[in-house]
Amino acid sequence: MSTVTTTPPAPAAGRSARNLVDMVFRARELSLVAALVVLVGVTAVANSNFLSGQGVKDILLNTSILALLAVGQSAVVMTRNIDLSVGSVVGLVAFTTGDFLSADHSRGIVSVVILGIAIGAACGLINGLLVSFCRVPALVVTLGTLYVIQGVDYYLAHGRQINAVDLPPGLLDLGNGSVLGVPYLPLITVLIMLAMGFYLRSYPSGREFYAIGSSPEAALLAGIPVRRRVLAAYLLSGALAGLGGVLWLARFGTVVADSANGWELLVVSAVVVGGVAITGGVGSVYGATLGALLLTTIGSALVVLRVNPFWQQAVTGALLLLAISVDRVLALRVARLLRRRNVRRV
Amino acid sequence: MGETGPEQPTLALSHVSKAFGAVRALRDVSLELFAGEAHALAGENGAGKSTLVKTLAGVHRPDSGQVLLDGEPVVFHGPADAQQAGVAVIYQEPTLFPDLSVAENIFMGRQPRGGLGRIDRRTMNAEADKLFERLGVGLDPQRPARGLSIADQQLVEIAKALSRNARVLIMDEPTAALSGNEVARLFNVVKALREQGCAVLFISHRLDEIFELCQRVTTLRDGAWIAAEPVEGLTHEDLIRRMVGRDLDALYPKQETVAGEVALKVDRLTREGVFADVSFEVRRGEIVALAGLVGAGRSEVARAIFGIDRFDAGSVTVGGTRLPAASPTAAMAAGLALVPEDRRQQGLVMELSIERNIGLAGLRDLRKGPLISRAAERDRARDWAVRLQLKFGRLTDGVGVLSGGNQQKVVLAKWLATGPSVLIVDEPTRGIDVGTKAEVHRLLSELAAQGIAVLMISSDLPEVLGMADRVLVMHEGRIAAEIPRADATEESVMSAATGRAA
Repeated sequence: MSTVTTTPPAPAAGRSARNLVDMVFRARELSLVAALVVLVGVTAVANSNFLSGQGVKDILLNTSILALLAVGQSAVVMTRNIDLSVGSVVGLVAFTTGDFLSADHSRGIVSVVILGIAIGAACGLINGLLVSFCRVPALVVTLGTLYVIQGVDYYLAHGRQINAVDLPPGLLDLGNGSVLGVPYLPLITVLIMLAMGFYLRSYPSGREFYAIGSSPEAALLAGIPVRRRVLAAYLLSGALAGLGGVLWLARFGTVVADSANGWELLVVSAVVVGGVAITGGVGSVYGATLGALLLTTIGSALVVLRVNPFWQQAVTGALLLLAISVDRVLALRVARLLRRRNVRRV
Repeated sequence: MGETGPEQPTLALSHVSKAFGAVRALRDVSLELFAGEAHALAGENGAGKSTLVKTLAGVHRPDSGQVLLDGEPVVFHGPADAQQAGVAVIYQEPTLFPDLSVAENIFMGRQPRGGLGRIDRRTMNAEADKLFERLGVGLDPQRPARGLSIADQQLVEIAKALSRNARVLIMDEPTAALSGNEVARLFNVVKALREQGCAVLFISHRLDEIFELCQRVTTLRDGAWIAAEPVEGLTHEDLIRRMVGRDLDALYPKQETVAGEVALKVDRLTREGVFADVSFEVRRGEIVALAGLVGAGRSEVARAIFGIDRFDAGSVTVGGTRLPAASPTAAMAAGLALVPEDRRQQGLVMELSIERNIGLAGLRDLRKGPLISRAAERDRARDWAVRLQLKFGRLTDGVGVLSGGNQQKVVLAKWLATGPSVLIVDEPTRGIDVGTKAEVHRLLSELAAQGIAVLMISSDLPEVLGMADRVLVMHEGRIAAEIPRADATEESVMSAATGRAA
């Protein structure tokens, strides 16, 4: 295995086509960063409080849970599926773990985190089994579980509310405390994001998520355990939503049954804005996380700029359309360029 | 297993049958692959070769009969099991992951590992480079598979199969898109593998290649086993007779017709990177074949003429009216009909009934006021079903239960019911049994005699030679030759299709 083989006369067109494609994908993450910089810059000029320590901390805290869900969601979307039940899972876990803790203060944080993740994973397992083994379309399955889980949540809550005073201080500290000035929540999210990003890029089973989304038929023929991987993606998304639920409880303290209601679409938006193709096979968890950060920052900026809250949703929607149009145009451009290069080479 | 060879076959099929709905793809087929031997599988399009390959590859499980590995019965539950057993397959249609790099495509599931079990990309790319060097091609392992030409995709497939160091190598038309040089390289590599004790199953529609590479040949016809014999001592004619099994004249009942006025005129049609500068005319009463290798751009030309894909330059004129680009509606209004290549995906709505499918292309004519008249739909379907001698139970049955040939008749009925002046048929007899094939040919011939202009795309060389008044040969997106019926031979068409000067 000589490390440097002399490459056979590789056509220059091939190399530059690759660079081009590379650039396009990296461009996505770079353009997200650029958009963030512009947004923060403009807002900071208009209102200097925006970049105060507290302002930044708020944005990071608000982003954490959304980004965590986006990481799980990207694994699912990469396999050409979707998980709409995450919002309901967060709500269910936040309430049940809150109930669990307020019943007995001596229960430890670790056991709560494990319980939350277990509940989330169980929900993910149901989604995954229905999608991968029963071959029901993901959109329908997770739309169904969205309502079912929400129903269970309402039933358990019965109109009650969990209050911060009922919770052990240790948990609330997790939600609002920090180490060396960095709050715990974003720290947790970044660690999980890095781990996931590393796994998806560097491990064979991680690459198989991309392969499945890129071409499901080819994945079957290549002997990839497609169903197991899809199941794993849902388990992961569910487990991270479970963790998200515990963090939600820690952050807000006061929880009613329908917390995180409607977040599923916000998460999907973050993932798509972050460059994970809704048709699978393309994207990264870093992009998805940046997408979540961008959406949250826009929300905060609009508040700081005293824009009517109505516009917040409109802007989110416009951004989503922009992201998808850019994807489409770039894909066509790249396809055309690659085609042309092929012809010239012949 | 009647064979009393000195050794066990590495991989064998014993009396295997497989059906898809009403279609019996394989009937009691046996096949034995020995180590160190290249075995050819011959048969016409639709004879069941690809089904056999997929059975060996673990994609299909036989309905009856056995797969034997080293003489022991095995059950492959999926492609992974077959790969585990040392079977590597190059499929006819490349099956790549467009978003992943070429090297990742080759090593998916078997990536070289570095520290912590991570993928060692450097080694992976170097290994891919070595494979390409062996095949003598300069592909960049790090570029994405998206946008590769068909030939390059095929080479990636070949590299993938080689990298498995398989005991059994199955190649389903690996050379269809390759140039002469690339084929020679591939054969050298395959011969080396064979000498190392690899069992090879080789499928090709080019008989010369079978004679060059293989020692034994098994012939299939209509899903049934016909013969298994040594290649030595066999002539081309012997092999063709086994494959076709009947007189060629009966299979291609071509009626002599007089060509009328120009019905379809294509002038300098270009779609960037796909085909360029394509010009030709089809007259009323003529059958013009568009021949060429897979990936030469034939179907793409048909799609652009019909308005499915946008063309970048040139013009299409039907009966004197110039068609706008990318509008199938306008094409249909002008009298064009397109019977697509893939009837299950593109030609039919598999869930709908026969009568619904036949009505689909002309719903406007079936209206009674604002609503569609079910009675009119049924009458139209019954009328065409009788005219085309469709074999069916009830018109309300789903098209999925019909055999391939009868499904094709439904697609034809759908378009003929619109009363077209130009009929484009893309691979009209792919995957159809020989009997129905002759019927489809007779039908096309009758249609031409009635004054319809027929443009027929076909990879089936005997069909092209037997049916066409003129043969247009495409090579890498351009028309390489136009050959009148009298001069069209297997050699003249193939040499134009492979880019050798005609």
